Amino acid sequence: MAFTLGFHIILASLGVALPAMMLIANYIGLRRDDADALELAQRWSKAVAVAFAVGAVTGTVLSFEFGLLWPAFTGRFGAVFGVLFAVEGIFFFLEAIFIAIYIFGWKRLSPWTHFWTGVPVVITGLGGAFSVVAVNSWMNQPQGYSPASGKVTSVEPLKVIFNPAVPYEVPHMILAAYLVTGFLVAGIYAVGLLRGRRDRIHRLGLLIPLTVACIATPIQFVVGDSAARAIAKDQPIKFAGMECVQKTSTDVTEYIFGRCTSTGVKGGIGIPGFDSFLVGWSTSTQVTGLDSVPPDDRPPFDTMLHWSFDIMVGICTALIGLGLWLGIGWWRKRDFPQTKWFLRATAVSGVAAVVALEAGWIVTEVGRQPWIVYNVMRTSDAVTHASGVWVTFAVVLALYVALGTALIVTLMAMSRRWRSAKEEDVEVPYGPEPLPRDVTTEAPG
Amino acid sequence: MSQANAVAVILWVGLTMYAIFAGADFGAGLWSLLSGRGERGRRPRELIDWALGPVWEANHVWLIFAVVVLWTGFPSAFEAVFSTLFIPLSLAALGIVLRGSGFAFQHTARRAGSQALAQRLFGLASVLTPFFMGTVVGAVAGGRVPVGNATGDAVTSWLNPLSLVMGALFVATGAYLSAVFLVSDAHRAGAPDLERYFGTRALVAALVTGALAAVGLVVLHSHARYVFDGLTHDGLPLVILSGVCGVGVLVLLHRRARRGARVLAAGAVASVIWGWGVAQHPYLLPQTLTISAGAAPSATLTSVIVVFFVAAAVVLPSLGLLYTLAQRNVVAETARPAPPQTTGGEA
Repeated sequence: MAFTLGFHIILASLGVALPAMMLIANYIGLRRDDADALELAQRWSKAVAVAFAVGAVTGTVLSFEFGLLWPAFTGRFGAVFGVLFAVEGIFFFLEAIFIAIYIFGWKRLSPWTHFWTGVPVVITGLGGAFSVVAVNSWMNQPQGYSPASGKVTSVEPLKVIFNPAVPYEVPHMILAAYLVTGFLVAGIYAVGLLRGRRDRIHRLGLLIPLTVACIATPIQFVVGDSAARAIAKDQPIKFAGMECVQKTSTDVTEYIFGRCTSTGVKGGIGIPGFDSFLVGWSTSTQVTGLDSVPPDDRPPFDTMLHWSFDIMVGICTALIGLGLWLGIGWWRKRDFPQTKWFLRATAVSGVAAVVALEAGWIVTEVGRQPWIVYNVMRTSDAVTHASGVWVTFAVVLALYVALGTALIVTLMAMSRRWRSAKEEDVEVPYGPEPLPRDVTTEAPG
Repeated sequence: MSQANAVAVILWVGLTMYAIFAGADFGAGLWSLLSGRGERGRRPRELIDWALGPVWEANHVWLIFAVVVLWTGFPSAFEAVFSTLFIPLSLAALGIVLRGSGFAFQHTARRAGSQALAQRLFGLASVLTPFFMGTVVGAVAGGRVPVGNATGDAVTSWLNPLSLVMGALFVATGAYLSAVFLVSDAHRAGAPDLERYFGTRALVAALVTGALAAVGLVVLHSHARYVFDGLTHDGLPLVILSGVCGVGVLVLLHRRARRGARVLAAGAVASVIWGWGVAQHPYLLPQTLTISAGAAPSATLTSVIVVFFVAAAVVLPSLGLLYTLAQRNVVAETARPAPPQTTGGEA
């Protein structure tokens, strides 16, 4: 499940943020009568369709996995968090419909009407992200049901939906989606520019998403920082795991990387008192250590957890640097820096952002262990009793590799065709397709 | 009607929609598989591709909808079904992934070899998924899914005569629905040869499905007495309705009349599904878990009902918009058979 979610999270990020990039390009194209920007918007709308189609498949599989892997979790708490998924269903359905309208509309609606049909795609993407991430927030900060143990007999849906982790986890994930998509798309065009395709489409294709991502990054840094502080307060053991704090004390050293051991961090760079300072703006702030709970209640894979956190923060910091580079270039020359190194950095930033996304996912999921619902239900109690789950898992793994390859190959094939022949009718799911014989369009039944 | 019953009705609405739309979809995959390799099957396959178009995504949504309503409204039933029947459900999920990637891939694969492979994959998955879904329904109807985390038998719960007949019935029903739908699509596409092609297949599929349904009743009698009794008493009107619809479709197909065949075929399937629901009422899992005992707390049920109506109020008009836009285009485009424009600027 962790694996399928790790895969789905990338697709979902694209599904949430790529429509926004597409609309920005569309807006610029219409406002400035810019055919290149419109061309970009049209290409991206097709990429949105492919990502959404594959995302729908992985999403279906995920809904099955709730039962195939965690029947006891869903059996006990399905009535609690299920409402959020029902809400997500509405957003998902609407997103599918408006993506279809938008793609069909390229050739048939008036330009501005067409632009407005794209707006619901962005909004439903945000709504869907809210609903799904709120479920994860609830698993971190469960509330709104009773009794505390045994079969749930009463539920307060509003308390479930607006649980205390929502205010930081949801914005953090949505910003992450914009960041990852922005750097990833910009990175792809940076590679194109490095290979000598210096046409205007490539330059715009780099500039639009990179600007969005570079604006989102510093905001993400602040949101992430407040999220970490909230976790230090609400889920102290998770925070202790992220920072490898063994003993509860004040004046705690902040370690960057290093190896976690039961006697403290070995290696790594230590900044005395900084961890306490980050938690409460003062080196005398007390930080809860892992020793405050029995070993069974501590998160596993301590070094990996700690490294994931540091990698995520490190990449975010580096990306802010990239943003400054872009900002300075723009301020001086009204263009992005025209050096090979800037393009290389942008190309790498896409991959780096995905790594940061996955690292963040590891932090929140592994950091919550051994609980599936924080301090309420252990993951080991949630898992299915059916034997042979490993076979299922192996098959799913193989399939996802195939699916991922198919997705990348598909997108690359589309990009090749755009470049080679100016051929516009790349067939995509949702797109109008040529008919057998001579009728030229179809009606969805 | 109690809240729990209302949510059960919502669940059944989702199942019905999934059975009809996805069933037709799966059936199209089967016909694509049976159409023959290479040039021989090219035209039927082209029609299938065109007719499936963008709607297949919406079909996934019905499944997700039904699954989410099941786990939200009846979590203990969800737990029981998904843990005991994890083998057929995993295989069905596998089919869904294969189908999705096969479908997405066959449109972009340019080389004939990889295109054929994608098509084969798509067709095969279209048979496997409904078959395993059918075995799941057979297991539930046969009372082989006890409450709890994987407390039922992992193998015999779904590898039994009833489940196998149900699996076959699901595949046949999909093929039948889809052939009837494709007759209309062929007409819309202006391809009389394909209209005849799928007309013949619809007749054959209808007869096979009817025969399997009769066998199903016999097997139900010995393996799922509760549901059998329900079908022959409270559910009887719906069973008869289904039979009447089925015969109606046969008559229409025989007369080569298109109008109404689709509605009647969908009606035949829908009334059987509702007949099944009525037959096992008040049980969700026959004779172990009733709808009221398996239901979620009241506030959750209220939320599900509210969400359902909001969804109906918001989603249906949007769907209508999509449909009208597409319909208008049919008119506009046939009147003006110009090549597609390149950018949105001119549109």
